[in-house]
Amino acid sequence: MSTYHKSMALTGEPPKSLSIGQKLAVLLGFSGLGILLLAVFNVNFPNKTLWLTLSLLAISIGTIWFSWGAYWQKMPGIKNDGVWFKSISSRGLWAWMAGLALTGFYIVLYFYPEYLGLVNEGDNKGVIGLFDPLSKVLNGSPASQWFVYGTLYTVAILVFGIKFLWKYRHNRYERLRTWSVMFFQLAFAFIIPELMARLNGHKILDGGSLPYYDLKNIWPLNYYNFESYRIKAFLTSGEIGFALLVFGILSIFVITPILTYKYGKRWYCSWVCGCGGLAETAGDSFRQLSDKSTFAWKVERWVVHSVVVFVTLMTTAVIYSYLGTDTSKYWLTKSSFLIGVAVLLTLVFGWAMIFKRNQLQKDAQYGAIGYFVIIIALIGFHFFSGDGEVFLFKSGTLRKSYSFLIGSIFSGVIGTGFYPIFGSRVWCRFGCPMAAILGFQQKLFSRFRITTNGGQCISCGNCSTYCEMGIDVRAYAQKGENIVRASCVGCGICSAVCPRGVLKLENGPLDKRIDSNQVLLGNDVDLMALVNNK
Amino acid sequence: MEHIVIIGNGIAGVTAARHIRKLSDKKITIVSSESEHFFSRTALMYIYMGHMKFEHTKPYENNFWKKNRIDLVKGHVAKVNSEEKLLQINGARDLKYDKLIIATGSKPNKFGWPGEDLDGVQGLYSKQDLELLEENAPNNNVCKRAVIIGGGLIGIELAEMLRTRDIPVTFLVRESSFWNSILPFGESEMINEHIREHHIDLRLGVSLKEINPDENGRVKSVTLAETGEEIECNLVGLTAGVSPNIDFLKDSGIKLGRGVKVNRFLETNITDVYAIGDCAEQHEAIGNRRPIEAVWYTGRMMGETLAQTICGNRMAYKPGHWFNSAKFLDIEYQTYGWVFSERRKKENETHFHWRHPKEKLCITIAFDKDSETLLGINTFGIRLRHEVFDRWLDANKSIDYVMEHLRDANFDPEFYKGFESEIVSKYNSDFGKSINLKKKNLKRIFQIA
Repeated sequence: MSTYHKSMALTGEPPKSLSIGQKLAVLLGFSGLGILLLAVFNVNFPNKTLWLTLSLLAISIGTIWFSWGAYWQKMPGIKNDGVWFKSISSRGLWAWMAGLALTGFYIVLYFYPEYLGLVNEGDNKGVIGLFDPLSKVLNGSPASQWFVYGTLYTVAILVFGIKFLWKYRHNRYERLRTWSVMFFQLAFAFIIPELMARLNGHKILDGGSLPYYDLKNIWPLNYYNFESYRIKAFLTSGEIGFALLVFGILSIFVITPILTYKYGKRWYCSWVCGCGGLAETAGDSFRQLSDKSTFAWKVERWVVHSVVVFVTLMTTAVIYSYLGTDTSKYWLTKSSFLIGVAVLLTLVFGWAMIFKRNQLQKDAQYGAIGYFVIIIALIGFHFFSGDGEVFLFKSGTLRKSYSFLIGSIFSGVIGTGFYPIFGSRVWCRFGCPMAAILGFQQKLFSRFRITTNGGQCISCGNCSTYCEMGIDVRAYAQKGENIVRASCVGCGICSAVCPRGVLKLENGPLDKRIDSNQVLLGNDVDLMALVNNK
Repeated sequence: MEHIVIIGNGIAGVTAARHIRKLSDKKITIVSSESEHFFSRTALMYIYMGHMKFEHTKPYENNFWKKNRIDLVKGHVAKVNSEEKLLQINGARDLKYDKLIIATGSKPNKFGWPGEDLDGVQGLYSKQDLELLEENAPNNNVCKRAVIIGGGLIGIELAEMLRTRDIPVTFLVRESSFWNSILPFGESEMINEHIREHHIDLRLGVSLKEINPDENGRVKSVTLAETGEEIECNLVGLTAGVSPNIDFLKDSGIKLGRGVKVNRFLETNITDVYAIGDCAEQHEAIGNRRPIEAVWYTGRMMGETLAQTICGNRMAYKPGHWFNSAKFLDIEYQTYGWVFSERRKKENETHFHWRHPKEKLCITIAFDKDSETLLGINTFGIRLRHEVFDRWLDANKSIDYVMEHLRDANFDPEFYKGFESEIVSKYNSDFGKSINLKKKNLKRIFQIA
């Protein structure tokens, strides 16, 4: 085996070196990035609108041109030739360099925005200054580091989305899904919130101002949605503000479970979500890097569910801290809120234990542990909290640590910065509390499954290799078992890359959904019966 | 404790081992000289194409074998002494067995062509073959042209592999159309077109006369039998089928034909010696099947069946309805039941064929001329549901029923355009019927009352 790998490394090579067109495209794209980089180092561009336009156009056209060069001559079909020979997609030198550049960018973005030119009082400088004209057109105010990030993020989803559309032009599921994430990013994450900001102070909001609100960003993914400043802003912004607050609550408690029941968590994770959108477009070249070992699976379940417990406690603590105690002033008080949370959790937990016990197996114990941690903590809140404090911590401290550890380090620096090393869905798989909650719904209460087509699996491993969530899809398919996994985001790539037409994402009756019968069709009936009645 | 030794760690041997472990506590040893761990042979092509690394082709993690107490021995069995129940192994110590399972698979066919043993001439079956290919054809500087001999599934896979590295390929097919001993005319013709679309120099009705060496004993060119044309090349791929890999059994006393002769219980003429997978040859073919079935799925079924026998529940190998699948470059192929080519089909077998006017999609349904019972279906570029067709074949459904319920059988990804109404209207006009297509019904598909 060792000699084998050596020979692959020495002589195995990409199917095609870059064409002249692609080389020019790289040059163009990097010149666009170069303009941004020069701006970072405070090169003063005289006409910001012009240079920003040039820069974004160069990046976009460069990327699109490059992708066109990669796919236009090829027949529609799976385009994974040479994935493991190319440095960028197989953890080679380019991958590490890209990873370092991205993580560096995230660290500066989150913790040192002043290096990007952020100025609190007065005109922005640097690259943020370069984005001022665009920001003023959209929302009327100068840019922030988040505006710069949001713009680049949207550009990335759009241009790599176009690449993905070409790459999978034979696959209508992939095409529709990609149009969907491109739309939701452009409209919901980028344009609508910026335009909404223009309403601030308007009489339609009773003179209030709305907090920045990406409507598709649902708690607990936007862990800050119910913080006091946002609640105040919602409640002082007229009927629209109130409607948005109600929408935020309905999103997680009503809309999400219904849609997940009908379609699986893919309706969100690979059709709507911005994190998913970036992973599916810009991150597509790195999906094969996810770790498929059972060890990684164990780590995943502990980490992601711990984040859920953390975010639940943090949010409860934050809301608790700003509620009052006097029922005559406001109907919701500290104690009634805590009781409400406890009742809700108990209902969910009780339902899962009673009706879904057989599907939970060992996970039930872990679920129970998580549940009791939260309940004990809630009781703790009640008895050991003073003013502005919950339990022994300040609610602000909890919130800050969550925002730092999970919101910045996990989702940004590690989640996206390490795309070229760990794959594109590290955050979604190990960190996202929203994905965990949707996963819980998907596993226990959804019509969604990936159906395995009888006995047609040849165990080749394409499905597992290209699963961005690190699911060992083949382990199920080769047993003739359907794939019902909490983490599956429904991207559909396993089905696309399968050379034997074995996998189909579909919504169907709950009955026989998991179907753990190891039916290898084509075999004699009594053998099948024996294998199934083991 | 009874010691079960399995020669060969392919899908047949490994499936047998896994199921024996599920059913019993017996000591299990697998001997292989090909690889340390089980890998998916069907995935070798994807390693060369860069879709996967070798590690990805292993269906089980490396610690699986220890965890399940399946011992792995790396070595080549030189001799089977069935009297003393002893294996002589090159590269490892002798091994005593109580029961022996031979699951050694196949080797590429050679038909005595002049020059077939030259450097640069190879088949594509084993991991070693792939390593050799990596040496013989790493890129299009070293390998300026490849010639592939034999138009079957491995031949077209090899052509696809080489094309991913931009190596020009000449594909010699003896038949007048690709794989037309198996595929009906329309399908075979569509694959011909698709092969040419991929810039593969497909030569139909052409066979090999000889392979010519250069001064170093490497292949320099091939000469064609029909025209005497000489084609220069640096690689010759011999892909004219496979035959059982059983040379090491010659003096073992185990009865051999082309393969290891077995009865329906997969037992050889010698007690406690069994054979499964590609290397096993049935005394009499089962139904329409061939006596030797060199197919992934049948290897897996035989492994499962034999595990029952070994663990005390003596069971005959009774494969159900035939099914198979392949991928011809970008076109997926699935088959359920029997659809024979014009050359092999029986008198009562009638075909209905539909092909998309532009895209590379087609289906052929075979049915009995008199009773109109479904016999089988071939599908290209449209995925079909195995369970549904298995059920329809079981129930001897008529072709009319199949047409009416065709939407239930579709297995394409969601949102794909369905072609059922085009298919049914062609059927109606071909056979003067007036079938109305029914809507897809989840209750019927999933058999829920």
